[in-house]
Amino acid sequence: MSGLLSVVLVGVGGGVGAAARFWVADTIKARRPSGFPWGTWIVNVAGSLAIGLVTGWLLLGGSGEHWRLLLATGLCGGFTTFSTASVETATLLQAGRVRLAVAQAVSTLLVTVAAVVAGIAVVGLLAR
Amino acid sequence: MGRVTAAPSPPHRDPRLLGLVALGGAVGSGLRYAVAAALPGEAGTWPWATFAVNVVGAFLLGWLLEAIAMRGPETFGLRRLRLFAGTGVLGGFTTYSSLALEAERLAAHGSWPTALAYGAATLGVGTVAAMLGVAAGRSTPPSTLGRLLRGGTR
Repeated sequence: MSGLLSVVLVGVGGGVGAAARFWVADTIKARRPSGFPWGTWIVNVAGSLAIGLVTGWLLLGGSGEHWRLLLATGLCGGFTTFSTASVETATLLQAGRVRLAVAQAVSTLLVTVAAVVAGIAVVGLLAR
Repeated sequence: MGRVTAAPSPPHRDPRLLGLVALGGAVGSGLRYAVAAALPGEAGTWPWATFAVNVVGAFLLGWLLEAIAMRGPETFGLRRLRLFAGTGVLGGFTTYSSLALEAERLAAHGSWPTALAYGAATLGVGTVAAMLGVAAGRSTPPSTLGRLLRGGTR
């Protein structure tokens, strides 16, 4: 596949994913104001479930580097974000809310990995 | 523009701002892909590309958001800069789904210690990077953002 096509696929997926993240996370923040950054948490877990589903499908032999670039690297990669999660952890720490900061950081990592496992497993079950 | 507007809709419902975030997200995701292409990794080894983009992105976002906050009430120009460069470019440059997927793949290949170390190191170094970024943003002269505003978002 040409390098230009690869970049375009990642860019299109990433652009759509980032706008969707902005909309979903800020809608959650507006409707359920909280000291815990639920918007980013939910976006990251949902995007990790999605990348698990895509990866499960690709592992079945679904044809496709271009689908991986568009959906996994682009869409899921742009929808989820590590930088915002880190700045939220730092902000909680600097506000002295150490336990909440640790809970936010650790739960995001553990639940996103569990979501990936679940996504891959669901596709495996459906394919049997 | 001298236009009288009613109470503005929330930023995330404004199609122009959504478009700005999408544009930034496309740029950031493309940059992340370029880093991944430059630092290819073998299955079962430490994912350096994702580690690097996430740590660098956490530092830059901490810097950007703090430098913007230091300028006082957010103007429309500052809001566009924050949404394009922060939510869009840096949000799209960094990724949580790849981090989670890579940790899962390492574990699935039997490299449990590497998976654990990769997850813990990303969280630890990423958080320190964000805090350093915030500290750097606090001591950034206002003129730096002024230059970014004039150059970046029109």
